[in-house]
Parts: sequence; C-alpha cells; structure tokens
Amino acid sequence: MKKRILLGLGFLLILLSLYLVFLFVPTEKEMGIVQRIFYLMVPSAWTALLSFLFVFAASILYLASRKSKWDILAHSAAEIGLAFTSLTLIVGSIWARPIWGVWWTWEARLTATLVLWFIYLTYFIVPSMVTDESRAARFAAVVGIVGFLDVPIVILATTLWRGLHPAPIIFQGGIAPPMLLTILASVAAFTVLYFILLMLRVSIKTDEVELKKLRELPD
Amino acid sequence: MNFWRKVIAIARKDTLAEMRTRETVSAVLVFTLLVIVIFNFAFGANPGIAKEVASGMLWVTFAFAGVLSFNRSFIVEKEENCLEGLMIAPISREVIYVGKLLASLLVMLIIEIIALPVFALLFNLDVLSIQLVIIIVLTTLGFVAVGTLFSAMAVNTKAREMVLPILFLPIIVPVIISAVKASDLALSGGSWTTLASWLQIIGAFDVIFLVASFLIFTYVIEE
Repeated sequence: MKKRILLGLGFLLILLSLYLVFLFVPTEKEMGIVQRIFYLMVPSAWTALLSFLFVFAASILYLASRKSKWDILAHSAAEIGLAFTSLTLIVGSIWARPIWGVWWTWEARLTATLVLWFIYLTYFIVPSMVTDESRAARFAAVVGIVGFLDVPIVILATTLWRGLHPAPIIFQGGIAPPMLLTILASVAAFTVLYFILLMLRVSIKTDEVELKKLRELPD
Repeated sequence: MNFWRKVIAIARKDTLAEMRTRETVSAVLVFTLLVIVIFNFAFGANPGIAKEVASGMLWVTFAFAGVLSFNRSFIVEKEENCLEGLMIAPISREVIYVGKLLASLLVMLIIEIIALPVFALLFNLDVLSIQLVIIIVLTTLGFVAVGTLFSAMAVNTKAREMVLPILFLPIIVPVIISAVKASDLALSGGSWTTLASWLQIIGAFDVIFLVASFLIFTYVIEE
C-alpha cells in the first residue's frame, strides 16, 4: 500500500517536473536552453548526498547492532548513491561543455563530486577483497562512516581552492519564482524516486541474503 | 595515566623493532628520494616550472611515502600472529591504535626531516621556515590518523598492499589540497593570516579523524 502511494506520487511529480522544466520555465538569458540541465543536475547531486547520509547512518547502526538489515540498507543506499553520483558527473560534464567550452574542469563542486565518487567506489571494492562475510560488512561500514565524515571537509577544501561554479543563486535571492518552483519540484521528484529505488533495492537484497542463507543450510 | 604508559609501550616496541632492522625507514626513504629525482625529470627542465610545482611534488612524494610506510605498520603484526598477541594482552584496542599511530608518526617525521633538505637542495628552494614545519607536522598527523586505521583494514584483505592506496588517497584529498596550498604560501613567504584558513582545514581534519579512527578502530581489528 505504501509502495503504491509512493509510486503514484513519484509518477505525478516526475510528470510535473517534466512539464515545468520543458514547458513552463522561461529560458535563462545568459546560458540559453542548456541551462535547463540545472534542473537535472541539482537533484542528482542532492540525491547522491542524501544517499551518502543514509549509508553513514545505516553503517553506524550496523556496527552498533550487527543486524544484517542495516548492512543491507547501507549497501543499497551506496549502490544508488554511486549511480546518482555518476549521473551528476556525466550531466555536469555535458553542461560544462557548451557553457565553459571544456568537458571537465577542476572546479570546486565537480572535484568534490569526483572524490565522493571514488569514496563510494571504495565502499564496494574493499569488502569484495575480504574473504570473511561479517568482516566484509564491518569494513564496508567503516568506509561508509569515514567517507561521510570526509565529505564536508572535501567540499570546504575544494571550495576554498577553486571556484568557477555558478554561485548558489537560490540562497542569494536572485532566482526567479518560476525557476524556484521548477527546481523544488525536480528535487521533490528525485527524492521520491530515490526512496522508491531504495525500497526496491532493499527488498531485492533482503531476498538475496535470505536465499543465500537457505542455500547454505545442510540438506 | 595508565593508558599513556601502555601506549608508549607499544610505540616503543614498534620503534625499537624499526631501529634494529631499519627496514621501513630505509626503504621508504630511498623511495622518497627516487620519487623526488623522477619528479625532476618530469618537471625540472625549466627551473621556473619547478618552483611552481614544488609544493605539489613534495606532498605527492610524502603521500606515497606514507602509503608505503603505513602498509608496513600492520603487515609486520601479521607475521608470527603478533596481532593476536596484542589483542590478548590486557590493553584496550584504542591503546593499540594510538601506539601504532605514534610509531608511524615518528617514522614519517624522520623520513620527512631527511627528505626535506634533499628536496630543497635539488630544487634550490628556500625551505626552512617554521610555517612549513607546522604544516608538515599537522598534515602528517592527519595522514597517520587515517593511515593506521586503514592499514589495519588493508592487512585483512586479499590484495593487501593495493587496498591501502585505494582507501587512503580519496580520503586525504582535502588535506593534500590544503597542505599544497599552504606550503606554496609558506615557500613564497606568506604571512600567517593567509595560511590560516588552510591550517584550519588540516586541523579540523586531524581532530575529526583522530577521534573517529580512535572510536572505529576496535571494529576493524576484531575477529
């Protein structure tokens, strides 16, 4: 039941966002049509960070309780987070090309996202090299915790180091109301989408773990 | 006070073992000097360029030297089941962490003390400033804090030496950025105020990760 509501809500919000992004919002005068990528990129980046927050919380809960459900949650959140981080990087590159003329630049947000991407990757690489299952889960949790603690420092350091990214216009009050509405709708749509994906992934992974346990039972 | 006595005991054990064999210090030192020389081939053709990238080169060198030396930190414990011995001893896990951390810190500082003048010599830099020393000490502390934790993890994986850089390098990115920027300023004679924000980042990193690793270490090391 909850899932149905969420799916319905997500569907509506995405339709709404598509309408807003492509039909409703006026074209920005400086960057032109390409600026509409903004409405895809900001929610992606936001979802990636949200995901990492889940990984952090679930990792702490796992280390404290050793209940496998937290490890499953952390793992699923990390997977989806990695996907959204990759999306952010790719979309960011596509935006950068027409605006700044280069596919990639070492400016603050892009660099921070790249580092985040690597940390997410480590979350998967390290446990894959550990033979013992429970140890693998513990190590993954440690990476999740340490990685998340690193994120604010990375953002701080890269922002201090370079700045080419468009200034945070939302907080300076310099954004037009239609754009604000669109970006909020996009963020809401992506957040709902994220939760749907997370629920799906967690249920699949729970079944996987259950299946594995059943397979290992003596006949 | 008992805590610190135990910590010193472990640090002393590692340091004594190191002093008698000198395996880590000598290997990492030679590596460091070689990297500096190779960087010279990469950048040194034009002395102007060398000055520009000097602090970057320095920190890349120290980061890789760190990876090498942290790897050793726990691999030596794997032989002869020393790690189990440490865990059975009546000391808390945190004592092991801090003890190992201090020993690694000492090794890194020795390597840096030797490498720095060589670096200054080969690149004609005016290096000896108290600012640079403080930057180096703070950054090395940060390296060692996470390096010791990750070394304990890496030693339990199948691809030991290769896992540590994968774990270590992304996490220390902010420290490297800040150290390079701060070293740049220090080498060109900047004032303390310009250095302040970078030092704050390194300091914050140190505090956060010392505390976090201290708390997490026990989960990494148990069976």
